[in-house]
Amino acid sequence: MSFINYSSREINCKIVYYGPGLCGKTTNLQYVYNKTAPDAKGKMISLATETERTLFFDFLPLSLGEIRGFKTRFHLYTVPGQVFYDASRKLILKGVDGVVFVADSQIERMEANIESLDNLRTNLEEQGYNLDKLPYVVQYNKRDLPSAVPVAELKAVVNPTNVPDFEAVAPTGGGVFDTLKAVAKLVLTELKRGGNG
Amino acid sequence: MAGNQFLMFEEEQRRIQEACDLLARAANAEAVLVIDKNGQEIARSGDTDDLDVTSLSSLFAGNVAATGGIAKLLAEKEFSGQFHEGEKTNVHISLVAQRAILVVLFDQRSSLGLVRLRVKKASEELTRIFEAIVRKMNQGSAQTQVFSEITDDDIDNLFSE
Ligand SMILES: Nc1nc2c(ncn2[C@@H]2O[C@H](COP(=O)(O)OP(=O)(O)OP(=O)(O)O)[C@@H](O)[C@H]2O)c(=O)[nH]1
Ligand SMILES: [Mg+2]
Repeated sequence: MSFINYSSREINCKIVYYGPGLCGKTTNLQYVYNKTAPDAKGKMISLATETERTLFFDFLPLSLGEIRGFKTRFHLYTVPGQVFYDASRKLILKGVDGVVFVADSQIERMEANIESLDNLRTNLEEQGYNLDKLPYVVQYNKRDLPSAVPVAELKAVVNPTNVPDFEAVAPTGGGVFDTLKAVAKLVLTELKRGGNG
Repeated sequence: MAGNQFLMFEEEQRRIQEACDLLARAANAEAVLVIDKNGQEIARSGDTDDLDVTSLSSLFAGNVAATGGIAKLLAEKEFSGQFHEGEKTNVHISLVAQRAILVVLFDQRSSLGLVRLRVKKASEELTRIFEAIVRKMNQGSAQTQVFSEITDDDIDNLFSE
């Protein structure tokens, strides 16, 4: 649910990074945080366990600049990927404007990818959203690892609807901003269309 | 709610601000925040210079969402409010019109009783204001058309650097 304030002339949108445990969602946000100028970002908040697994969410507020005299602000969230945190994932999805699905390229995580993608669809539907109608992009992360599945194979499994997709190595930033820009652009385009998602 | 957007108009923003200012004074509060349920700030009043309102907004929204989830699992309709007691600062959190979160920060110059009383009054006014916003949104006033004029170039320009 984008929030448009005609009084302060601001557009606020919410983007959620989804994906299986350890796929690199938090790492995406950390990279964006580290590479963004101080005046364009707020604090990054991570509600994490002692072992740095996301417990509830990560949050990073960004300002992208102005569009037709409106300041555009994006609030980035990650969900906890571990299966048993499903109740929390549902809460984070509330009011979402755009979704990034971060897939883990490693062969041994294929099942986890599929399970997480199914879970994303189900949780969105529960709240009246349809993934096929939302601004949505896919990221193939961990391309640097030896057990990474070829992209074509990954794509067939986690991106059957052929939405914009990107290869990434989140710790060093490859593909991270391309992914973010693509989803932000889709969100703004949706806003322009009148956003009846 | 019509569509996947929430709109704030100048008149209602001003009325919310007034309601906030009034509440901050009447409750002897340190600060008052009105936050969208999804974690975006709507208004602030009182002594907020040292507050990271953006971070707080997202955390209060997360907190309210989690509490709402707990209520659901316990088959409670919802918990009407929350109170956190600190050494210096206390926090009163409540939901307004199913849409916004009203947060009052207060210290020993006020009391939970006074805050509760004033919050009740302010909630009524805020509920009326949010109802007015929803009416306007449903009418699809001319203002809401601004975004159909955004061009692809406008969007591209945001990302060019
Ligand atoms: N080699 C490699 N490691 C990565 C990559 N992306 C993330 N990692 C590592 O994978 C681990 C987990 O990353 P996180 O970002 O915490 O994963 P997450 O998706 O947030 O996990 P949850 O919070 O449990 O859902 C960390 O040690 C990262 O450094 C990548 O592209 N390549
Ligand atoms: Mg994480």
